[in-house]
Amino acid sequence: MPDIQIPSIDLGVSLQLLIIFGGAMVLLLADLFSGEGNKRIVGYIALLFVVGAAAAGVPYWDAPRSTFNGMLVLDNFALTLNWIFLLSTAITILISLEYLPRQGIERGEYYALLLFALGGMMLLAQGTDLIVLFLGLELLSITLYVLAGFAYPRLSSEEAAMKYLLIGAFAAGFLVFGIALLYGATGTSSLAGIANKLGSGLAADDVAFMLAGAALVIIGFGYKISMAPFHMWTPDVYEGSPTPVAAFMSVGTKGAGFAALARLLLVALGSQYATWGLILAILAAVTMVIGNVSAVAQTNVKRMLAYSSIGHAGYILMGVLSAGSPAAANRGIEGFLFYLLAYSLTNLGAFAVLIALEQRGEAAWSLDDFAGLWHRQPFLAIAMALCMFSLAGVPPTAGFWGKFYVFTAAWEAGLQWLAVVGVITSAIAAFFYLRIIVQMFMRDPVREISPSLDRNLMIGVGLAALGVIVFGISPTPVIDLVQGSVLALSR
Amino acid sequence: MLAHYAFIGVFFIAAASFPILPLIGAYFLRPSRPTEVKLDTYECGLEAIGDIWVQFKVQYYLYALAFVVFDIEVVFLYPWAVAFNQLGLFALVEMAIFLFILIGGLVYAWRKGALEWV
Repeated sequence: MPDIQIPSIDLGVSLQLLIIFGGAMVLLLADLFSGEGNKRIVGYIALLFVVGAAAAGVPYWDAPRSTFNGMLVLDNFALTLNWIFLLSTAITILISLEYLPRQGIERGEYYALLLFALGGMMLLAQGTDLIVLFLGLELLSITLYVLAGFAYPRLSSEEAAMKYLLIGAFAAGFLVFGIALLYGATGTSSLAGIANKLGSGLAADDVAFMLAGAALVIIGFGYKISMAPFHMWTPDVYEGSPTPVAAFMSVGTKGAGFAALARLLLVALGSQYATWGLILAILAAVTMVIGNVSAVAQTNVKRMLAYSSIGHAGYILMGVLSAGSPAAANRGIEGFLFYLLAYSLTNLGAFAVLIALEQRGEAAWSLDDFAGLWHRQPFLAIAMALCMFSLAGVPPTAGFWGKFYVFTAAWEAGLQWLAVVGVITSAIAAFFYLRIIVQMFMRDPVREISPSLDRNLMIGVGLAALGVIVFGISPTPVIDLVQGSVLALSR
Repeated sequence: MLAHYAFIGVFFIAAASFPILPLIGAYFLRPSRPTEVKLDTYECGLEAIGDIWVQFKVQYYLYALAFVVFDIEVVFLYPWAVAFNQLGLFALVEMAIFLFILIGGLVYAWRKGALEWV
C-alpha cells in the first residue's frame, strides 16, 4: 500500500475562518446553557469572537499566502474584505442585541447563524477555487434563509424566507451549472488554473462552453448582489426580514458576492474583459437606473432602502468591472473596496435608525414617521441625516469619496457614458434621500412614536455614523488601506 | 468534438424510445375494460385509506437530521480506520476534532429536545 501524504496546511491562512467557525459552534453550546430570556450574553460572546478574528488578521497584512493546494488565500485584498465583513457583523450584533428581545424573537441561534454567515462571506473573499466559492455562497445563503424567517411566527418574515429560499436555490442552480461548464471547458476549477488555460488558448468548441459557463456563473452571483435584471427578490425579502437581518443582508451578501465576482472576473476571466466588460457595464447602468428610479416611488423607508441598495449594487459593479480594463486596473479595485466600506457603514447606520423606530408589533417605516424626528431624538436624526448624505454621495461623507472613486475608475476605463449614467442616477437618488432629511428637520411630528434607543443600538448607530463622517473628512487611511489591497491581488 | 455529442443524442433518443414504443404498442393491442377496482390506487394490495395529501409530522425531519450526524461520522471514520496505521498522530487529532464537533451537534439536538417524540 502506498504511503499516504498528509498535505502541509498553513493554518494561518484560515485562522480568521477557524476563529469564526469555532466561535459559531461555541455559541450554539452557549445558547444551550444560557437561561431563557437572557440571550444577550450569547451576543456578547459573538462580539468577542468577531473582534478576535479581526485582530488575528493584523499580522498577515502584506504577507500573502495560500494553502489547501491554492484553494484558499489570504492576501491584502481578502484581508481588507474580511475586515469590512467583520466590522459589518459587529455592528449588526450591536443593533440586534436589544431588538430581538423587544420583538419577542430572542433566540440564541441568531448569533451562531450570524457567525456562520460571516464565515461564508469570508470564504467568498478568500476562496480562489470555484468549489470553495460555491461552498461559501451556500453557507452564506442557507444561514440567511433561516435568518430571514427568524421573526417566526410573523407571516411577512416567513414569506421573506420562502421567497429568498426559492430564488436563492434557483440562483445556486445557475451557479453550479456555470461552474460545471467552466470546469468542462478548462479542466480545472482553480481560478488561476482557468486563467492559465485561457492564456494558452482554448479549442474553438471549448470557448463556447467557457463563455456559457462564465455567463451562468455571473448570473448566479448576479442574484446575490441583486444586479438587474436579477434584483426582483430584494425589496420583498428586505421588507419582511427582521430589520437587523435585512441590514446584514444588504451589506453582507452584497459585499461577499462582489468579492467572489471580482476575483472570478479579474483573476480567472481577466483575459476575457473584451467579452464581459461591455455586458456588465450595460447591466450596471440598468441596475443603477432601476434601483434609483424605483426608490423614488416608495413611501415605505425600508423598501426605499432596499431599492437604493439595488442602485448601489450598480455603483459597486462599476468599480469591479472597471478593474478589468488595464487602464483602470488598480483604480477599479480601490473604488470597489472603498465604496463597499462606505456603503456598508452607511447602510447599517440607516437600518439601525429604522430599528430604533420599530416598536413591537408595529413598524414605523413610512416617510411620515420620520417627520420631526429632530425634535424627539436629535441623535438619531443627525445619524440618519449623515447616512442619507453619504448614500446620496454628498461631501464630506464617505459615500462621496466612494462615488468619486468608482466614477473616476469608470472614466479611466474608457466607460465615460457609464460614469455619466452614474452621476445622473445619483442626482435622482439625492431626491429621495434628501426627502427624508426634510421630513426629519423641517416638519412637525405626524403621529406620536417614541423611538427606543438603548445603549448598544446607540453604539452601533454611533459607530456607523462616525465612520461615515470621519472617513468622509479624512479618507486617507482608507485610501492607503485599499491601495495596499490592490497590489496583492495576483494577476 | 461537438460530433461526439451526436452519440449522446442518439443514445438519448434510443433510451427514450425504449420504454415509450412498447407503451404505445400496448395501448393499441390491449383490451380496455376498466373497472373501479382496476382504477384504484395500488397500495401494497391493501385497500387505500384516506387521501394522499396528508400532513407529515415535522419531527421526521429532525430525526433525519440527527441521522445525518451519525451517517457522516461513519463516512469519515471508516476510511480513517482502514488507513489508521499510515495516517498517524495528525489524523488522530483531526478525527478527534471532527468527532467533538459532531458530538456538539448531538448535544445541541438533545438539549433542544429534538430526540423526544411529541
